[in-house]
Amino acid sequence: MDIPLLTLMIFTPLVGMIVVMMLKQSQVQLIRYTSAFFASLPLLLSFLMLAQYDWTTSQLQFVENHLWIPSLNVYYHLGADGISVPMLFLTALLSFISIVASFNIKDRVKEYFAFFLLLEVGMMGVFAALDFFLFYVFWEIMLVPMYFLIGIWGGPRKIYAAIKFFLYTLFGSIFMLVGILLLYFNTDPHTLSIMELIKLGPTFGKDLQLLVWIFFFIAFAIKVPVFPFHTWLPDAHVEAPTAVSVILAGVLLKMGTYGILRISYPMLPFGTNYFSLMLAILGTIGIIYGALVSMAQKDLKKLVAYSSVSHMGYTLLGMSVFFIASDGTPFITGLSGCMFQMFSHGLITGALFLLVGVLYDRAHTREIAAFGGLWAKVPVYGSLMVFFSMASLGLPGLSGFVSEFLVFVGGFAKYPVVTGIAVLGVVLTAGYMLRMVQRVFLGPFNTKWEGLKDISAREIFCVAPLLLLTLAIGIYPKPLTNLIAATLENIVTLVGR
Amino acid sequence: MIPDFSMLMPELFLFLWAILVFLIDLFFLKEKKDVLAYVSLLGLAITLVLICIVPEGRTFGTSFISDGFAFFFKIVFIASTMIAVASSGQLISRLRYNRGEYYGLILLTTVGMMFLASAGEMISLYVALELTTIGLFILAAYRKNSVESAEAGLKYLILGAISSAILLFGMSMTYGVTGSTDFARIHDVIQMKLNQGIIKAAWDVHVLGLMMIIAGLSFKLAVVPFHMWAPDVYQGAPTPITSFLSVASKAAGLAALVRILIGAFGIDAFMDDWGIMIAVLASLAMIVGNISAVLQSNIKRMLAYSSIAQAGYILVGLVAMSRYYSFNNTSPWDLGVSSMSFYILGYMFANMGAFAVAIAFSNHYGSDKIRDYAGLAKKSPVLAATMSIFLLSLAGIPPLVGFLAKYYIFASAISAGGYLWLVLIGLLTSVIALFYYASIIRQMYFVEPATDEKVSVPPLLYATIGIAAFCTILIGCYPQPFVTLAEKATSVFGG
Repeated sequence: MDIPLLTLMIFTPLVGMIVVMMLKQSQVQLIRYTSAFFASLPLLLSFLMLAQYDWTTSQLQFVENHLWIPSLNVYYHLGADGISVPMLFLTALLSFISIVASFNIKDRVKEYFAFFLLLEVGMMGVFAALDFFLFYVFWEIMLVPMYFLIGIWGGPRKIYAAIKFFLYTLFGSIFMLVGILLLYFNTDPHTLSIMELIKLGPTFGKDLQLLVWIFFFIAFAIKVPVFPFHTWLPDAHVEAPTAVSVILAGVLLKMGTYGILRISYPMLPFGTNYFSLMLAILGTIGIIYGALVSMAQKDLKKLVAYSSVSHMGYTLLGMSVFFIASDGTPFITGLSGCMFQMFSHGLITGALFLLVGVLYDRAHTREIAAFGGLWAKVPVYGSLMVFFSMASLGLPGLSGFVSEFLVFVGGFAKYPVVTGIAVLGVVLTAGYMLRMVQRVFLGPFNTKWEGLKDISAREIFCVAPLLLLTLAIGIYPKPLTNLIAATLENIVTLVGR
Repeated sequence: MIPDFSMLMPELFLFLWAILVFLIDLFFLKEKKDVLAYVSLLGLAITLVLICIVPEGRTFGTSFISDGFAFFFKIVFIASTMIAVASSGQLISRLRYNRGEYYGLILLTTVGMMFLASAGEMISLYVALELTTIGLFILAAYRKNSVESAEAGLKYLILGAISSAILLFGMSMTYGVTGSTDFARIHDVIQMKLNQGIIKAAWDVHVLGLMMIIAGLSFKLAVVPFHMWAPDVYQGAPTPITSFLSVASKAAGLAALVRILIGAFGIDAFMDDWGIMIAVLASLAMIVGNISAVLQSNIKRMLAYSSIAQAGYILVGLVAMSRYYSFNNTSPWDLGVSSMSFYILGYMFANMGAFAVAIAFSNHYGSDKIRDYAGLAKKSPVLAATMSIFLLSLAGIPPLVGFLAKYYIFASAISAGGYLWLVLIGLLTSVIALFYYASIIRQMYFVEPATDEKVSVPPLLYATIGIAAFCTILIGCYPQPFVTLAEKATSVFGG
């Protein structure tokens, strides 16, 4: 029998959490290293997963399927394919980095790392679950540690931000729950298996599809966040401690788009086709709106937070484009752009939040206007920050460019007008990113920061993997596009039913 | 012919044990009254064993039914009584009077509930109900020197008496038009009249009787608009009794409701009538209970309103049951009653656990104010963590039992069809519920404590809290045996 790779990836952090809880509060150093150790295991396992994954097929791999609650038809069903493998890897990587980046947490260290490890369990589970009930359980488990992490270790308005995040997401989830139940009782025999429901997709009535599609969309759109549902994001991202912002932006937002691709698309093809233009328009609104709001920000972290709204807009625009070309091949450029952006945004924004945290730790302010000419004082830090700002604005040769390019090429094939408007977003992004770089790192040096120390070795250790990956897939994107291609073709085919 | 007493073994045993507790108190114990708690727990444990081994069937004509449904509810009653007894230790040691009677009364109340769950006809149901509530009146007023407790007892007594009168009125109407007090017999008579087409003349009386019965029992369940007594009584009564009231008393009212509605009025022509009545009660309870709970600053009062809302969720299962019959649904699951039973089981551990923490807290700090929970996570990490588990379970966050219970209830409502609005109300109000549950967690974890004083908790109470927390997690992660148990409770009603 094979080793249950996905189960190990999901539950090693849980073991870590239990171990950490048994340590003494005073053994701070031990708690840190234990947590890092247990967070490194899923990362190592994810390398194993990448090595074993067969990207030539859209078949699910590493499947585990056991009966969990027979009376309710609930299975413990895990598996991975082209859209979950990159996300699992990203989650494992960012979790490990975030835990190392959290070594500077001094208050209530034990609880912090215990909650963080629990958070990782939920995130890994969402990307591996193939049973609706299980998916929902993991989806919700995540909220609890997140609530505590923002509420205890967050910034000045942490309590407000924590409860807002919790309520907002739960509000979305309940619609997903109703959607799940509606689908469940419209199948015979009843099933909660996502794969079974995908097979039955076209048999669902049109009204049912539209209703359930909207229910799922509310849940996923809040997570992404799509334009009118985004108001929790600036609060949560800004108030959360650095490492939690990294996870929020790097992983949690992707769960929304992942959910749409994994569930709504193949399972409700009629609804998906019906609403695809709406996705493109909402995506474009997000791109432009997010960029404009970023431009107006005075706080560095808020700027990065709103830039996420803008960048997640690209994923929506990309995913709205899917059709079967006249020669019978599924058109996946848009969807590839979406997946690529999900991965790349995780790397870039994760790094940007880390770097903003580094500066905040030293300067205790994030006010853009308070800085100036820092590059000369902290050259390594400045270079890193500029590098990721460039990646964020889509400089060719870095991963952000590839994803935006794919999204636009795809977009023009179906929605030329909408995409034409969205392209403006690139200019706006360049605008606020360059302005930020200019005001913080260039210009006359603000002598107040005479004693500012450059980035430490541990912090470089956190950022370096993100830098290398951004560069690598920016220059040579093929491994990632290959990884996702077969699965995306399958999804487009399923939506075309 | 001598009736078969073997099915009554658990009730008779517990009754005698209650008398024994009174006698031990009277003759043997002058000082060390805590022994009585252990004596009571022992009696309850033995009763639990007896419940598991009694044969199924009917005795005393048809007035006493021993079946899966009664079995399930009796287990819930015994378990909640055990939790209540185990968390009463400090309350009793601080009382200067009547310490022994306290345990005896709780046991007698439990006997009443057990009879209630087994009642097969209206008179025995009514007597059992009175046995339960009269004991509870006394217990609610037990801290008789406290104004609040006396007020609680009086309010509970007056409103309890009125509700009993309403219930009795409904029963007499039903008796008047059917000529029987036996549920199965009522069912048959109405069915026969329907078949012969002669029910028209007295149709209104049937429905009115049904409404009166539902209203009378809704007082016991404390659902809106029959909930007025609950917040004051819950706040004023000694906390272990509040905890007991919020779970066991509700479960008993529910058992009675199910017995009557399904047993006597489980007829297609009536199903939609009482289905919609219960649906309205459930939605009001969920809306009013959850919104009112947000405004509370006293933890007992907040949990009182939250338990009103929880009763609303439970009733959603009953609504689903009404559709199951009226549409002759061929679905292999009969989710209604089993989801309700499962919900009560999960609710019992979470709610009584939360009360147990509140007891431990107020025993030490002498306060029930939510404000005073500030920084509990630093003063007592265990109490804060377990309280969070209980509250999150009540809010329905996985993988705790409360989530599965909610899922089960709402699944049953959706499978019944036609009640999507009720499900949406239930789920949307559960977001409000999360707000006030989370506000306690916020107080415990996010706010700094005023003092550094550590909490000391007596071992028996600690064990109770620990077991409740363990069950809340365990049943959430490994629910199948408990779902099977709940399904057994359902098998009685057709299906």
